[in-house]
Amino acid sequence: MNPMSNNIKMATENMSFYYGDFRAIDNITLGFRENYVTALIGPSGCGKSTYIRTLNRMNDIIPGTRVEGKVLLDGENIYASSVDVVEIRKRVGMVFQKPNPFPKTIFNDVAYGLRLKGIKNRSELQDRVEASLKAAAIWDEVKDRLNKSALSLSGGQQQRLCIARALAIEPEVLLMDEPASALDPIATQKIEELITELKKNYTIIIVTHNMQQAARVSDITAFFYMGKLIEVNTTEKMFTRPSKKQTEDYITGRFG
Amino acid sequence: MVEWGNGMEFRKKRKLIEGLAFGVIRLSTVIICLALAIMLGFILLYGYKAITWTFLTQPPTEAMTKGGIFPAIVGTFYLTLGAIVVAFPLGVASAIYLSEYARQGRLVRFIRLGINNLAGVPSVVFGLFGLGLFVVFLGFGSSILSGSLTLGFLILPVIIGTSEEALKAVPQTYREASLALGGTKWQTIYKVVLPAALPGILTGSILGIGRAAGETAPIMFTAAAFYTPKLPSSVFDEVMALPYHIYVLATAGTHIEETRHLQYGTALVLIALVLGINLVAIIIRTKIRRKQTY
Repeated sequence: MNPMSNNIKMATENMSFYYGDFRAIDNITLGFRENYVTALIGPSGCGKSTYIRTLNRMNDIIPGTRVEGKVLLDGENIYASSVDVVEIRKRVGMVFQKPNPFPKTIFNDVAYGLRLKGIKNRSELQDRVEASLKAAAIWDEVKDRLNKSALSLSGGQQQRLCIARALAIEPEVLLMDEPASALDPIATQKIEELITELKKNYTIIIVTHNMQQAARVSDITAFFYMGKLIEVNTTEKMFTRPSKKQTEDYITGRFG
Repeated sequence: MVEWGNGMEFRKKRKLIEGLAFGVIRLSTVIICLALAIMLGFILLYGYKAITWTFLTQPPTEAMTKGGIFPAIVGTFYLTLGAIVVAFPLGVASAIYLSEYARQGRLVRFIRLGINNLAGVPSVVFGLFGLGLFVVFLGFGSSILSGSLTLGFLILPVIIGTSEEALKAVPQTYREASLALGGTKWQTIYKVVLPAALPGILTGSILGIGRAAGETAPIMFTAAAFYTPKLPSSVFDEVMALPYHIYVLATAGTHIEETRHLQYGTALVLIALVLGINLVAIIIRTKIRRKQTY
């Protein structure tokens, strides 16, 4: 089932997730290789967003939900009672479907996570904000307006700002939940180029609705359906010779 | 009979109904504005003659038929300020608990029901409650402290209610963004949710200020003096207050008719004071809003 063996950065083992009595994720075992981009695809409601949100325990804030099984980060179960969820979220960053900058200045938006970490030194903040904005390929567009509101940026710029903000705290894994679904084609292309650039330093897991996007940016693709993992393989194989009929039907557009 | 859906007749009728509906809506607005204008006009017309430097800066003289209302201005200012100092932190803290921390269940529903009922309690009951608890039982006597606490409890439901609405209006995506960056729940509330909700919270305080400054019944038993020319030197002192002063002049004096203009003048000062305090709050709110431009 699992094509990856070495350098598994993150993994779920027999993980199920429940909203009340409803099982949204059904016993998924899946590993994510370090410095790879793994795409999660599947029709709406298949559980891929729910799944990715278990990887940084973002679902904790939804009342009445629970997790069974294990979610491993460097072999350590992040749902173990001894684990501090705040520390996990610093190591596993997240970019959301809709750009969600704070109503602060561009500088303060990116510096937010750094300040949470207790960094107060002005010049260190400046250096790291600049580095993050450069890493997110938005520095040239905002360097002259760092004190303007983050909300004055376009949607595509806002999303790259959110990526910069996530990168600022130097996570090890970057989760992206349909990061380009609210953006126009040009902004989408920029995000996709950025993802390819970022995988040198990060392990990236991306949920996408867009099959071409999965084919373009990912190394590994996992197909989800009805809360189950149907198939996982290298993206190349997945899109040329899928082994399961359901995968083929979905990829060729016969359903979903 | 008009045949539905065809002909001039129908179109005419439709137009007539539309005109009528908008007419009624417009008229309602006009009536409300008119009522406000008449009230303010009346107070202004009868009160402005009373407004002199002496009136604003001197205590009353000659059995309150002459002189000024300075002690009452000071008293109302202190009482209102005290009420906000009591109610703002308590109210905002309760709102944060109810909307951010508490598990939404039967207990929270019950607490909310209690708060809503508190908002409906007549102000004179608050006055009696303040008399019983603060003045007598805790021994604060009739004082600024007792009055501020009583007024504070009176406006608490308003502040809790509006603060809760303001907190709920903060997009969930802000909370998620902060948590995903490794923020604790408290850091998220303190650094993201509260600043975003602050303009709405201040609106609640503005409403509270207006209410606290204007109430008579709650301070009658807890803080207000019939007459005292000296200014308070501590929170345990009794004070004169504008609404109570109006009440006293208009009902309990021996010269009700002669002091009519003083009553209007006092009312005018009270309204100006409330508007003044509100203006300050509104300016603060605008400044905060501008800082987080969209």
